[in-house]
Amino acid sequence: MLALAAGALGGAEPRPAPGMIRVPAGVHRPLVRSITDAAEVPVAAFDLDVLPVTNARFLEFVLANPRWARSRVKRLFADGAYLARWAGDHELGSNAPPDAPVTDVSWFAAKAYAQWRGARLPTLAEWEYAALASPTGPNGAQDPEFRARLLRWYSTPDDAPGRVGQGTPNYWGVHDLHGLIWEWVSDFNNSLVTGDARGDGGLERDLFCGAGAAGARDPSDFPAFMRYGFRSSLKASYTVHNLGFRCARDPAPTPR
Amino acid sequence: MKTHRNTPPAIAAGVLLASLLLSTPTRAADPAPGGAKAKPTDPEVRTEERAVLTQAPLVPPPITRKHPAKVTVEIEVREVTKRLADGVEYLFWTFGGDVPGSFIRIREGDQVEFHLNNHQGNKMPHNIDLHAVTGPGGGAASSFTAPGHSSQFSFKALNPGLYVYHCATAPVGMHVANGMYGLILVEPKEGLPRVDREYYIMQGDFYTTGRYGEEGLQGFDMNKAIDEKPTYVVFNGSVGALVGDRALTAKVGEKLRFYIGNGGPNLVSSFHVIGEIFDNVYQEGGVVATQHQVQTTLVPAGGSAMVEFTVDVPGTYILVDHSIFRTFNKGALGMLKVEGPPNLIVYSGKEVDATYIGRAAEAGSDAEKRMASLKAQVAQEIKSNPKIAGLNKEIEIEKGKAIYMQTCFVCHMAGGEGIAGQIPPLAKSDFLASLTKEDYIRGVLLGRQGQIVVNGKTYNGIMTPLNYLTDEQIANVLTYVRNSFGNSGEPVTVQEVTRIRAEVPAPPANKFE
Repeated sequence: MLALAAGALGGAEPRPAPGMIRVPAGVHRPLVRSITDAAEVPVAAFDLDVLPVTNARFLEFVLANPRWARSRVKRLFADGAYLARWAGDHELGSNAPPDAPVTDVSWFAAKAYAQWRGARLPTLAEWEYAALASPTGPNGAQDPEFRARLLRWYSTPDDAPGRVGQGTPNYWGVHDLHGLIWEWVSDFNNSLVTGDARGDGGLERDLFCGAGAAGARDPSDFPAFMRYGFRSSLKASYTVHNLGFRCARDPAPTPR
Repeated sequence: MKTHRNTPPAIAAGVLLASLLLSTPTRAADPAPGGAKAKPTDPEVRTEERAVLTQAPLVPPPITRKHPAKVTVEIEVREVTKRLADGVEYLFWTFGGDVPGSFIRIREGDQVEFHLNNHQGNKMPHNIDLHAVTGPGGGAASSFTAPGHSSQFSFKALNPGLYVYHCATAPVGMHVANGMYGLILVEPKEGLPRVDREYYIMQGDFYTTGRYGEEGLQGFDMNKAIDEKPTYVVFNGSVGALVGDRALTAKVGEKLRFYIGNGGPNLVSSFHVIGEIFDNVYQEGGVVATQHQVQTTLVPAGGSAMVEFTVDVPGTYILVDHSIFRTFNKGALGMLKVEGPPNLIVYSGKEVDATYIGRAAEAGSDAEKRMASLKAQVAQEIKSNPKIAGLNKEIEIEKGKAIYMQTCFVCHMAGGEGIAGQIPPLAKSDFLASLTKEDYIRGVLLGRQGQIVVNGKTYNGIMTPLNYLTDEQIANVLTYVRNSFGNSGEPVTVQEVTRIRAEVPAPPANKFE
């Protein structure tokens, strides 16, 4: 997979940083959009972490940045359940294995981590575009088996996410975009889902009255509805038991 | 008819239990942005209380106060793995830990402060749309809550009636299909007529990746849901939730009220109680008894009904969705057990049990008897052959019993006694004894119709094909039947069922699979 993605690049641009992989340019088709939004959002080539950020990696960040320790973080930037699985400020403990994804982190914390690493959070368009890929192709939207596998996560109880990188990577070589955790994106609150699913459709229909082409791109894309719904339930200070993140970077690396 | 306002002991105990089970939650002191708005006070409200919540089939006690109050309702959303049928588990999304969600009972004019707590172990954001709420989204817009967070909103109960509540988060159908619905009763100012017992029954349809009865943890099947072809249709969240020792109970002479809801997400219910007629029906959950002497009442998806009736005769009454394949093949079956003295004027019980032979019975009956006798000899030969019974036989019998109690007992009854004149007995049946194992298997796969004589009595009914059962389920249930009710016979093996299934003609298309 790595060779395949790298081969598609040509040799001119610098290679992605270790642990990252280059996702070539493409387009993102938003699930829900208003009349002024484009049906297709172009996505430039970007580098993306192969794996979600783990507890071990996040601990390095906390050690280097004491104001992000559990007992010292400002409530404005992370709610009361920040790093709730950890045993202490600088101790992971048995509920937070080092190779499991870090969860219970706020958007502010994720963003600070990414900046510390000289990276950034992926945009919603980048994340959705990368996550559209099934193990066998760049667009898994019409693959019933792929969609059924995504739905299975919601039907499976798990109290704590398992280790990262255990499954099959997707077409771009990225692991765990589905089936392990939810992930923050930089513009998570840029979504049209109000929380009342039926109202969203109603708003669209009002806008398009008589045109008949309203609402969602694909009303049967339940996993996408759940991701959009989940994101719109969040605030930047929220932490959630199944919500972590990974980093992205523009192909020309930001100098540290 | 004699009536009491007293809360029956069973319900009182259940309310207490439900109260204890609602563990005290911890809400962190994170201020909800925008939640600190100064709230206008409602001049009508004179007292404050916390709502008593119950899990189905129990109902909180009637409200006796004569004025509006401020009522705090606190519901915790939990995504929990529970039993959907014997051996079948499902990850339900619930209001209060059970399907259907907790029953909420308030009074017209009450000012309700609603807290929706989304447990931190949940994956999904959730909200609540109460059909009793007047305002955008019925509360959904104000209660959208991420896992590990809590929302609060308030509403005034302007309209009395029995209302459905449900989750309205996208994709809304999936949230409802996973069990996110319940009932809220807004009692009219003048109260409802007194009854002796009240029960809470809510129907729902479920869409599993596996077929009906397929064991293990089942996932949600999106395609079946969109096609509106449920695997299960059940009362109160699982097959058998109101059966056996979980059946509803009453005493002869008591007046009952059922609060019936239908969560859907897809099907409309034709609610019926076999052997009873509803004295009063509050159609679609309104507060006026709009109909009397009703056999079957329609309960829309996302709707409700209240029915009242007095039980006159002891016995077991069966609750069904009279779209009857849902009862027979998908689980929509409950029981009401009524105890007390019989009333022979209202219902005599069986008075005559005589042989009746119609014209069609004569031709071929000698041949049939000869055939039966020959088959009996063959069966005897097979039986007398001392084969190893197999240690698995006991396990197979236990599994087979579970299938029998889901699928067969409605007609053949729990003790295999059948129904006189209608359904032949399986217990000590000379007819069954005359059949080969292959005949047993064919009978289940293809069904059976036409006249048969069992223990000297003639039957001419129809048994529907049960070919949707798996080979293993058929083997086990037949082994159970062949070794229960005084019968004894060799076990039926999965291999035998597989072989016969390949031989028999293709069964009529099953539109549910």
